[in-house]
Amino acid sequence: MEKFITLTDTAVPLEIENVDTDQIIPARFLKATDKSGFGENLFRDWRFDSNDEPNPEFALNKSEYKGAILVAGDNFGCGSSREHAAWAIKAYGFKVVVSSYFADIFKGNALNNGLLPVQVSPKFLELLFIEITKDPSVEIKVDLEAQEISIPKKDISESFDIDPYKKTCMINGFDDIDFLVSKLDAIKEFETKRSQKLQATKPL
Amino acid sequence: MKKTLFDKIWDSHVVESIPDGPDILYIDKHLIHEVTSPQAFNELKERDISVFRSGQIVATADHNTPTENQHLPVKDLLSRKQLKELTQNCEDNNITLYGLGHPYNGIVHVMAPELGITQPGMTMVCGDSHTSTHGAFGTIAFGIGTSQVSQVFASQCLLVEKPKKLRVNVDGKLKKGVLPKDVILYIISKLGTNSGTGYFCEYAGNVFEEMSMEGRMTVCNMSIEMGARGGLIAPDETTFEYVKDKEFAPKAEDFEAIKAYWETLKTDEDAEFDQEYTFEAEDIEPMITYGTNPGMGIKITGAIPMEGGKSDAKALAYMGFKPGESLLDKTINWIFIGSCTNSRIEDFREAAAYIKGKQKAENVNALIVPGSRQVAAQIEAEGLREVFENAGFTLRQPGCSACLAMNDDKIPAGEYCVSTSNRNFEGRQGQGSRTILASPLTAAATAVSGKLTDFTKNLN
Repeated sequence: MEKFITLTDTAVPLEIENVDTDQIIPARFLKATDKSGFGENLFRDWRFDSNDEPNPEFALNKSEYKGAILVAGDNFGCGSSREHAAWAIKAYGFKVVVSSYFADIFKGNALNNGLLPVQVSPKFLELLFIEITKDPSVEIKVDLEAQEISIPKKDISESFDIDPYKKTCMINGFDDIDFLVSKLDAIKEFETKRSQKLQATKPL
Repeated sequence: MKKTLFDKIWDSHVVESIPDGPDILYIDKHLIHEVTSPQAFNELKERDISVFRSGQIVATADHNTPTENQHLPVKDLLSRKQLKELTQNCEDNNITLYGLGHPYNGIVHVMAPELGITQPGMTMVCGDSHTSTHGAFGTIAFGIGTSQVSQVFASQCLLVEKPKKLRVNVDGKLKKGVLPKDVILYIISKLGTNSGTGYFCEYAGNVFEEMSMEGRMTVCNMSIEMGARGGLIAPDETTFEYVKDKEFAPKAEDFEAIKAYWETLKTDEDAEFDQEYTFEAEDIEPMITYGTNPGMGIKITGAIPMEGGKSDAKALAYMGFKPGESLLDKTINWIFIGSCTNSRIEDFREAAAYIKGKQKAENVNALIVPGSRQVAAQIEAEGLREVFENAGFTLRQPGCSACLAMNDDKIPAGEYCVSTSNRNFEGRQGQGSRTILASPLTAAATAVSGKLTDFTKNLN
């Protein structure tokens, strides 16, 4: 997994609440069997109209908005568990998603793919939207080590929470598979110790 | 210490707790399907890791499958390739697959319970958010991403933080025409789509106790629509009766032995929840949604709320509705009865009982998609096929179908569909489609009248 330590970049404002994973990547694009190519279909039905023409009103199509930080409305990533949503956002070029709330499964998927979800207060989110729309070239700094998001030019900042284990993984580029495989002996021991009565562990 | 049902199951599956970090949670059963597993198998191959406990994994093909001519090769080449890859991966890794055409094939959350793969007290996961369905059995079941699918392949475990605990109580007597789907749509309309985020939800109260397993599955299925990772209901005699004699359920003495354990799976009196809500059954009426998330629900006779922010306005513009509007008499051209929420035999019995002797309205396209081959066989055996076909409904072969429109079963752009599925997101049932979520009874009644009506007046 790609490491994430700190990032300073401009941002794209997506002022929509409850962005679900069906909007991030519609189901008809889930037929692939590898992880490539999802970026071009990110927000497909918002980015393009029914004739495949770009929708000029959609934030990602506005030339003034660029950068690797996506700032989105409350409850981002709700709905389907499709990890394709995190792959699509990452493949499009984003490295951070900021929102006042993330759906559980999306948050986990993002962290497992080196895409940092930064949860801020609704007030700070509002402030970000105001500053970005006022000046699209304004830079936002995300410092994972310090767990702080800021607009250096404006001297505005807020700290954010992240699971300490996940933070270590992101900073070092570790992932859960390596960790779990290192624990296989403990897992086998757990299996043996469990009550034999429990049908659950018997194979089908 | 007093424990909740959730604590009891969770704590008995913790292999190790990482200081200041997540738990290593042991997973009893892992369900997989064609859409969210291929990249997980690839991940293992790239790392040269083998599947750790293939006997605890069951595969089905459901999301990306046609609902017609399942005996023929799948027409869509990408879908065919995805299905072929699932077959190959299962063969290579010695995983049981109930593929297209197998008598046990079906939607993952319909086939596993009806085979007795789902049992009380288990931990279960699947790369699908509606895995919460299995909580109906008093099971910790939740949806996971593809990276986690590979973690379970590699270790039969997951690294997860223990969620907080939520309880939703509904007591009283449900009104005539109010189905389990209405109960959960009502709860979500009251609590909103992110009230459950970070929580696991226990449903309690006599309304759930009196529900069939099918009804409980409908309720738990939609836990994710209020943001909860999962929902669960304490197992009781209804649960044990359902599981007993199922293909993979323990038999005879083994069953009695494990039943004694299952009977202990209840929340202790005075156990504490982080959050708790209580509703009255009498307040619930047949529900419909009017917006683009499942929390935007009203009773069928109600009006769309006046207040609402920018996002609500966007949703109403997409749906072609106005604040304050009543949706009664709204012409509906499509209905869909199916999906992991409502495609079990009880759902089709409810619909058929209403439809029997009636005809669908001329403007309506009515699609019936059973959740599994076993449900399809039951529809046949109980004579429901004739009821549906005589009324002009189209009965298809099992699969996820128009719930997520990955196959050809799509609702045309701009059209309204009264659907028994779980999500009314923009374009969920096809680009530009407009979904109104409802119970199988509401869908059946809408098909007959060709518009949304207060059908409870027609019920005996």
